[in-house]
Amino acid sequence: MSLRTAVILLAAFALASTAAAAPPPDANPVLLIQNATILTVSHGTIERGSILIKDGKIAEVGPSIKVPKDAKVINAAGQFVMPGIIDCHSHIAIEGGVNEGSVSVSSIANIAEVLDSDDVNIYRDLAGGVTTANVLHGSANSIGGQTIVIKLRWGQPAWKLPFAGALPGIKFALGENPKRSNFSIPGQPKRYPASRMGVEETIRGAFTEARDYKNSWEAYNKRVAAGEKNLIPPRRDLRLEPLVEVLEGKRYVHSHCYREDEILMLLRVAKEFGFKVRTFQHVLEGYKVADELAAAGVGASTFSDWWAYKVEAYDAIPYNAALMTKRGVVVSINSDDAAEATHLNQEAAKSMKFGGLTHEEALKLVTLNPAMQLGIDKRVGSIDVGKDADLVIYNHDPLSAYAVAQKTIVDGQILFDRDRDIAGRGALEKEKKALLEKEKAAEKKPEEKKKEEKKPDVTKKPDAENKPDDKNKPPSAAVTRDSGEEMISRRNGGAL
Amino acid sequence: MRNTVRTLIFAAVVACVLWLPERTEAQQAAAIAIAHAKIVTLAGAPIEDGTLVIKDGKIAAVGASVEVPAGAQVIDGRGLQVSPGLFDAVTQMGLSEIGAVSSTVDSSETGPYNPDVVAATAVFPSSEHIPVTRAAGITEVLAVPGSGGFDFSGSRGVIAGQASAFSLAGWTMEDMQIKRSVAMVLNWPEIQTRTFDLATFSRKEKPYADAKQEYDKQVSELTDWIDRARHYAQAIGHGGPSDFERDVKLEALAPVVRGQLPLLVFADRARDIRNAVEFCDKQKLKMILAGGGEAYQVKDLLRSKNIPVILRPVLSLPREEDEPYDRLLTQPAELSQSGVKFAIGSFDNSFARRLGQNAANAVAYGLSNDEGLKAVTLYPAQIFGLADQVGTLEAGKIANVIVTNGDPLELTTEVRYLFIKGQLTSTDNRHKRLYEKYLNRPKP
Repeated sequence: MSLRTAVILLAAFALASTAAAAPPPDANPVLLIQNATILTVSHGTIERGSILIKDGKIAEVGPSIKVPKDAKVINAAGQFVMPGIIDCHSHIAIEGGVNEGSVSVSSIANIAEVLDSDDVNIYRDLAGGVTTANVLHGSANSIGGQTIVIKLRWGQPAWKLPFAGALPGIKFALGENPKRSNFSIPGQPKRYPASRMGVEETIRGAFTEARDYKNSWEAYNKRVAAGEKNLIPPRRDLRLEPLVEVLEGKRYVHSHCYREDEILMLLRVAKEFGFKVRTFQHVLEGYKVADELAAAGVGASTFSDWWAYKVEAYDAIPYNAALMTKRGVVVSINSDDAAEATHLNQEAAKSMKFGGLTHEEALKLVTLNPAMQLGIDKRVGSIDVGKDADLVIYNHDPLSAYAVAQKTIVDGQILFDRDRDIAGRGALEKEKKALLEKEKAAEKKPEEKKKEEKKPDVTKKPDAENKPDDKNKPPSAAVTRDSGEEMISRRNGGAL
Repeated sequence: MRNTVRTLIFAAVVACVLWLPERTEAQQAAAIAIAHAKIVTLAGAPIEDGTLVIKDGKIAAVGASVEVPAGAQVIDGRGLQVSPGLFDAVTQMGLSEIGAVSSTVDSSETGPYNPDVVAATAVFPSSEHIPVTRAAGITEVLAVPGSGGFDFSGSRGVIAGQASAFSLAGWTMEDMQIKRSVAMVLNWPEIQTRTFDLATFSRKEKPYADAKQEYDKQVSELTDWIDRARHYAQAIGHGGPSDFERDVKLEALAPVVRGQLPLLVFADRARDIRNAVEFCDKQKLKMILAGGGEAYQVKDLLRSKNIPVILRPVLSLPREEDEPYDRLLTQPAELSQSGVKFAIGSFDNSFARRLGQNAANAVAYGLSNDEGLKAVTLYPAQIFGLADQVGTLEAGKIANVIVTNGDPLELTTEVRYLFIKGQLTSTDNRHKRLYEKYLNRPKP
C-alpha cells in the first residue's frame, strides 16, 4: 500500500467515523419528543402527542407528558414519529463477506465474525430511518452461513452491534442462485446442485447428517448421565452444529426463494425433519401459495416492486406483500441492498396502492412485522411503553415520497440528526482538505531532499516538472467504491 | 337515492373504462373532453377548474373556458388532476425483457463502435414492460442502446448506437414512434483502475498507468472516428456517389459531426465529464450528458457550455464514502439553482416505474414541485428537441395525457385515465392480471 493510499484510507475512515459524531455511548439522556404525530403501529395514531425516553426505553407515550427536569426536549410540531425501521434482509456492515461460494453447505461460516462497524452504509441506512437489520450471507449456497440481527449503533465497536437476545439465524437459498444458473467461471466444472431437484437433496442430505449427529450426541450424553465411564464422545462437527440448533428450534431459518414450487419444497423438507422455516426471503411468488404460507405460520419478507431481472422474478408483482397480508401471512418488505434500505418507508407505502393495504398495515411491513419475523417484537417494532427507544422522526407522513428523516434514535440515543449532519459538513470538508494537504506535503518531501542535496546550483529555477501533477494521479482511487456492484448482482440474479 | 344512482352509474362507467381492452380505437368517440379537472399544463400556471379536449390523437384545446365539442365523450374530472404523461429519458424499454436471459436482451451490440444501430429497430412492441410502465403514468420513453447496466462481457460499447423516442402504446413501432433517431450514444471511456470481473465475481485492480494508457488509446480511436466521419460528411456534401466509398457507420455519424444529432454522453465522474465536455467542445459536437453522478462538481462548466444533463435516479448512494449521505438527492436542487438544465431518467427497464418517485425525492430535498414534475416531462422533451410534440399540455401536441387522483409523483397516487396518442389506454398489465388471478384462487 502506498503512502498516498494509506493517507487517503485514513482520511476516509476519519471522515466516515466523524460523519455522525455520535454522543458518548454511556450518556443516557432523558428525551421528550413533543407535539408529534405519533404512528404507534400497535395502537393507532396520536395527534400532537409526546414520547418520553429514559434509559434507552420508551417510558411514556401520550397526548401530553409533563417535562421532567434535565430532559432534552425535541419539539416535533408538524412532524411524524414512527418506530425505527427493521430491515429483515441486509448485507451492510460485513466487509464484503457476502458469499462463501465454494460449497453448497456453508453453515460453518458465521456473519458475526465479519461485522464491520466502520461501514459507512450503517450511517446511510440510519439516515433512512433503519435502526435494526437482519444481516445475512448471500444466496450462493443451498445452506448458507449463520446470520445475526444487529442494531445500527453507529459509532460503537463491532461487538456492540448485535441485538442481544435476538435468536441467530441461518441463510438458506433456493432456485437460480444456489444452482448457479447465472454464474459460472469459465473452465470450471459446475458445482452440485445445478437444478432445483438437487437443491432439495442438498438440504435433505445435510439434515439427514445433522439428525444422525444429534442422535449420536444424545446417545452419548445419555450414557454419560447413566454413569458410564471412559466413553469417547462423538467428533464435533462445526458444520452440522448450526443445523442441530435449527432442529432444536434455537436458530431461525431465513430462506431466499422466488418460485412457488421451491417454497412448497422447503416446507415439505422442514416437515420431514421437524423444523420450522422462520421466514421466506424475497419470496416473489409467495402470493401464489399465500394460503400454504399462512397455514405453515411462516413469515414472508419481500421486495416492493422488483421484477424481471431474471426468469424466477418474471412473475413478481408489486401486489405480493398486500396479497399475502390479506391471506394471513406476516409480511415484511426488505432491502437486500444498502441503497434500497434508505427508503424502505417509501417501499412500504407502495402496498397501499398495489393491493390496498391500510396506512397501518403498510407501516407494519417495515416495523412490527419484521420484528415478529425476527422474534424481537417484544423489544422493538412499535411505539409502546417499555420497548426500546428506537424511533424515526420524519418531516412528513413517512408513507410519502416527500418524507425526509430528520432524526433517528437507537436505544434512546440520537444517532442521526439531519441538522447536525448538515452543520458538520463544513468542518469535514476542511478536515479532508487538511489531510490531503498533509499527504501532498508528505509526497513532496523526498523531492525537496533531493533538491537540498543539489543546493550548489542556485541559478536554476525550481523546475515545474518536479511538482506533483494531479492530472496524472488517480483522484482518491482508494476510496472509490464499485458503485455498480449492487446493481450487477441485482441484474445478474441478485446474488445478494 | 338520486345520488346513489348517480354514484352507481359513475362507478359503472369507471369500471368499464378500467376494464377496456388494451387498445380501444374502435370504440372511442371522435373527441374526448376532460371537464372540471385541475389541469397542470406546465405551459403556464395550473388551471384549477379547466377542460382539456383530445381529438385526432392530439390535444385540441385546453383552458378554463374551453367549450366541449358536440358529440364528445366527457370525462368528469372533478377531484382529478390532468398532467402531461411522464417521459423517461433513459431506458432499455422494449430492448430488454429479462435481464439475466441474454436471448431476451437486445440493448447492446458487440464491439466498441456501432453508430449505425438504432434502438427503434429492436423495440419489441409486445414487451410486458410497456404496459407495466405506462400504468405508472409514463407515456413516452427514450430507448437507449448501450445504457443498460452491464452484460456478461462487461462491455457496453463506446459509440453504442442511436436512441429512439416512442410512446408506450401501439401495434407496431411505426404506431409508437415519436422520433427514430434522437441522439447518438457515447459511453465516455473511463480511466478504470478498479474493475469488476463477472466471471469470478470479484474486484480487480489495475495499475493507474495501464488504465490511463488504455483510456488514451480509446480517446484517440474516438477522435479518429469523428475525424473520419467529418471527412466523410464533407465528401457526401461535395462530391457525387462515385467520389467516395459508402460506409454505413460513418454515414450514421455524419449528422453528429454536422451538429444535427446530439451526442448522449454517459459519464459520472467529474473528471470524465470535464474530459467529455472538452472533447465535444473541441470537435464542435452537441452534447447531452447522461449519468452525471458528480455533475454538481462541474455545474459552472455545464452551465457555461449550455450542456443539459439526464440524471440517474436520485435514490442512489454517493460514489465516495466521504460524500454527504444525501449527495445525489440534493443534486437536482443544486443544479437547478445553478441554472443547469436537467431531466431525471430511470436508466432502467423494470425500475422505470420508479421515475415519479425519484422526481418526488428530488423535491423532498429542495427542488421545487414544478421543477420536479418538469424534470420528468417537459425537460426531457426539450433536451431531446421533442418539445413541439410532447412535454406540456398545449393544443397541437401529441395527447399523451394522464388523469390522476392527485400529485402524479406521489407513491400512492393512481392513474385513473391514461391517454396515449389520444387513445384512452387501459392500465391493465401482467402484474394486475397475475394479482387478479391469485386474488381469486380458491382456498386449498
